[in-house]
Amino acid sequence: MSYITKSPWVIHYDGSSCNGCDIEVLACLTPLYDLERFGIVNTGNPKHADVFLITGGINEQSRAVVKNTYDQMPDPKVVVAVGICAATGGVFRECYNIMGGVNEVIPVDVYVPGCAARPESIIDGVVRALGILEEKRAKMAENGGDKK
Amino acid sequence: MELWVLLIFLILFPALVALLFGILPNSRLRDTIVVLVSAIIIAASLCLFVLFAGAGKVYVDINGDMISQIMIGLEVIISAGLLYLAAKYRQYIIAGLVVVQLGVVIYAESLMQGTEALNNLFIDPFSIIMAMIIGIIGSLICIYSVGYMRDYHAHHPEMPDKRRWFFALLFVFLAAMFGVVFSNNLFWLFFFWEVTTLCSFLLIGYAWDEESRKNAFWALLLNLVGGLGFAFTFIYVGMIDPSGNLIMMDTLLAAGPAIAMIPAALIGFAGLTKAAQMPFSSWLVGAMIAPTPVSALLHSSTMVKAGVYVIIRFAPIYDASMVGYIISLVGGVTFLLASGIAISQSNAKKVLAYSTVANLGLVIACAGIGSYAAVWAAILLVVFHAIAKSLLFLSVGTVEHKIGSRDIEDMKGLIGRLPIMGLMMIIGIAGMFLAPFGMLISKWAALLSFIEAQYGFVLVILLAFGSAVTVFFWTKWLGKLIEVAWKPERMEVKISNFEFSALVPLAVLMVAVCIGFPLLSTYLVVPYVFAIYGLSATLGQANMIIMVMMVFMVLVMPLSLFYFRKNRKIVAHYVGGRPATQDMHFKGSIGVQRPVALGNYYLTDYFGEQRLSHIGNGLCIIFIAMIAIVLILGVGI
Amino acid sequence: MITGIPFEILFAIGFVILAPFIGAFIVGIDRKVTARMQGRVGPPVLQPLYDIFKLFEKEKVVVTNEVNFYILSHLIFVVFTGALFFSGGDILLVIFALTLAHVFLILGAYAAVSPYSHVGAGRELLQLMAVEPMLIIAAAGFYMVTESFAVKDIVLSPGLPVMTIPLIFVGIVFVLTIKLRKSPFDLATSHHAHQELVKGLTTEFAGPTLGMVEIAHLYETVFLLGIVWLFFASASMPWIGVLAVIIVYFLEILVDNTTTRVRWQVMLRSAWLVALVAGAVNLGVLALM
Repeated sequence: MSYITKSPWVIHYDGSSCNGCDIEVLACLTPLYDLERFGIVNTGNPKHADVFLITGGINEQSRAVVKNTYDQMPDPKVVVAVGICAATGGVFRECYNIMGGVNEVIPVDVYVPGCAARPESIIDGVVRALGILEEKRAKMAENGGDKK
Repeated sequence: MELWVLLIFLILFPALVALLFGILPNSRLRDTIVVLVSAIIIAASLCLFVLFAGAGKVYVDINGDMISQIMIGLEVIISAGLLYLAAKYRQYIIAGLVVVQLGVVIYAESLMQGTEALNNLFIDPFSIIMAMIIGIIGSLICIYSVGYMRDYHAHHPEMPDKRRWFFALLFVFLAAMFGVVFSNNLFWLFFFWEVTTLCSFLLIGYAWDEESRKNAFWALLLNLVGGLGFAFTFIYVGMIDPSGNLIMMDTLLAAGPAIAMIPAALIGFAGLTKAAQMPFSSWLVGAMIAPTPVSALLHSSTMVKAGVYVIIRFAPIYDASMVGYIISLVGGVTFLLASGIAISQSNAKKVLAYSTVANLGLVIACAGIGSYAAVWAAILLVVFHAIAKSLLFLSVGTVEHKIGSRDIEDMKGLIGRLPIMGLMMIIGIAGMFLAPFGMLISKWAALLSFIEAQYGFVLVILLAFGSAVTVFFWTKWLGKLIEVAWKPERMEVKISNFEFSALVPLAVLMVAVCIGFPLLSTYLVVPYVFAIYGLSATLGQANMIIMVMMVFMVLVMPLSLFYFRKNRKIVAHYVGGRPATQDMHFKGSIGVQRPVALGNYYLTDYFGEQRLSHIGNGLCIIFIAMIAIVLILGVGI
Repeated sequence: MITGIPFEILFAIGFVILAPFIGAFIVGIDRKVTARMQGRVGPPVLQPLYDIFKLFEKEKVVVTNEVNFYILSHLIFVVFTGALFFSGGDILLVIFALTLAHVFLILGAYAAVSPYSHVGAGRELLQLMAVEPMLIIAAAGFYMVTESFAVKDIVLSPGLPVMTIPLIFVGIVFVLTIKLRKSPFDLATSHHAHQELVKGLTTEFAGPTLGMVEIAHLYETVFLLGIVWLFFASASMPWIGVLAVIIVYFLEILVDNTTTRVRWQVMLRSAWLVALVAGAVNLGVLALM
């Protein structure tokens, strides 16, 4: 039995958004939606996290930071790009400083559309990410635990 | 091997060698002789232990009259020399103290005519323990000094090379310390005591520049004040019993509190000054200006131990008395406040100095209580502290020469840069406060004895808070040592064989004594305590086993470091998500590379040196005044 | 004795095997009650176990290799502390062993070198310094109840220890908040979803390393509640102690949810003041009686 789907810890990062999606993400943690009942905890620390919940587009300054944060997460991990800015750059796509969506820098597993994405969509996206997470974990175990 | 041969040898041999150094010119020949002589002293001390450890109390008869005359003669010469220096540098108080002290001694001597001085020297398990500390640790430090002083003069080419006097003084000092712990005749003890004061003065002032002179004179002043108190004992003893029998320590102790309380208080006062308790702590802190071997030998492992040595000797008199309790309070308050000050210091030698003062305070707190459990704890504390503190001082000395600083903040990641030195320091620090190392056992026994003493709960509180405070500053230092960046640059430095041959045995000794403390307790400490009190304290069989288990765990656990070396993926540190380099530079805003600077808590608002010193000095002055009042009112018995 | 094995060893082994599960259960109930207090549903009661198992499934990631040595030592000594306590051993040695365990944890955070773990380590040291006096005074207090440091003797002594050392009990409950890392004293690191200094002390610990820290926390929780139980220890009526533990722990959860984090100065001062008063008054009265 795998436990990673029973206890997925989330790190939430904002690339370069208007904060609308961020507020929706935080709303998921409020008593109304109560993500903690699924064991989801918002740790601010990549080393503790399994799910990288990222909002907003990527600009030159946040590029290295996003990559760095992603690299510090231990496997298995998934990335959920929340909102259209994280998917493609959204309404800011044409701006001079935005390079595009999150997939410019790191591999994304689930895209959650919306502007701002609604909590229900975000939860749906995270649940799908958990399925992918479980697949990754199984593959990792098959390959004999961690690779190094 | 006759006992008297060994004792005389241990006292005279270092002194004669010192005379030799006075004659020999500066040369490598002297260095070799230092090592040889040190080895001989170590051997002799071990010989003493092996042959006489189980012998209990043994006296040695030496015809005291001639020796006492020689001692008085020497005292006059020394006083003259000190007067000359005092006059030259306008130290009028010191001049006054010297004159008064000499006067008191001569007057007291005149009171005691017909002194049939027998049994002048003796040994018992406690003096054997002290002799081993002096002989083994002291000699190792002398060997270390050879290497250290070469570096010292290489670093300070402008300083005149007075090393022959340096080593001469070290050995005179060792001789005097042996004299202190072997003397049963209090006059003799006093003579040797004053010789140690003299050595301390001259060694602190080794550089003889303005600052070291100032600190040397201050140390001399405070120690002379204590010596004066000691000297007044002789007047009292001479008046009570002109036959001079009470000048023998064992006779005095056997006479019981009714007679011995005043001498106990006076000598206790002398012990307080020598052990740098508050309000006399400033001399020890100032003495850190001296070369590090001096700090290690005199001002942590040996000379200051003479101060607590006499107080422990008089513990049976202090037992369940008001005077003893007040002395405990002085020790306890010093323990708490000096530990507090150590938190706010970043100069490594100052931290060690305050820690020494604090630990001596704890020893005195135990000795002042004077019960069998307390004395057991006190002696063990003395042993563990002597080894750990000398190891630490020597490590700091070597590290200072290699990294050019004695500030703790500069010792960051030392275990990566200088692995062996870092390890030595870690062993020393662990020995000072960490379970299951020795200090812990002593603290256990100390707490037990405090609880059982009358009004002891005050000391319990002082110990509880003081103990917490010591954990703080030691762990802080320890953390600094192990803070290694990803790939440390090992420093290519050569540490002299002299220094290693002191550091390694001390580290081994530290661990060995911690593992083997049940043996130490059973064969030396318990017999001593039992002989006086008819009872003894031990940790109990089960707890002893657990202690040894814990020590093994702490020694075996580091082997897991080998297991953890493989199969791990190394990732970057989290610096707010910013990419950071191996040496902890991160890309800040606008793309500027910034270093990460990690400081430590020094809490100067709470534990500032000024503030806590004032409080401690004030309290302890009141306590000492109370001792006087209590004695005058006659309720101290 | 049961089948020739003395009670001491049985209890020690029982602690080593059962404490993580009991601890997980207690922490799980904690999260459930906290959630209900906040008007939420909360995670399943066994969630702490799921968390720990998940952590051991993760990749073995470290910032430096040495960190694992310190954390493993921390875990082993926490287990040792609890086992010694539950086998009826010497309570003062137990407290010193706990200090050793925490020093290892702090050293592990120092060895990780990052700014957050460094500050977290410093704060953990402050917490340790704040708590230690009260613990030692409590040990002294227990000694005054039964003339022995042995937990076995304290349990077997007639009457409830809390009758003799009530103020010390209050002090220990105060200090328990710090030890359990509950608000308002969760300065060094925090649990569940609270963040302080990112994750403070545990910021650089990942995967199995963090798992070891979490397991140690479970052992420690059971041990600390054991000390609370000890105040109400009675061989004939052990359930009184259990009731006291439940009430005290509920109070802790309540305090956790109704207070905010304070600065370390407030924590240090208040903990020391409590220790001083509890010690001086309680011990003093006992000594002078």
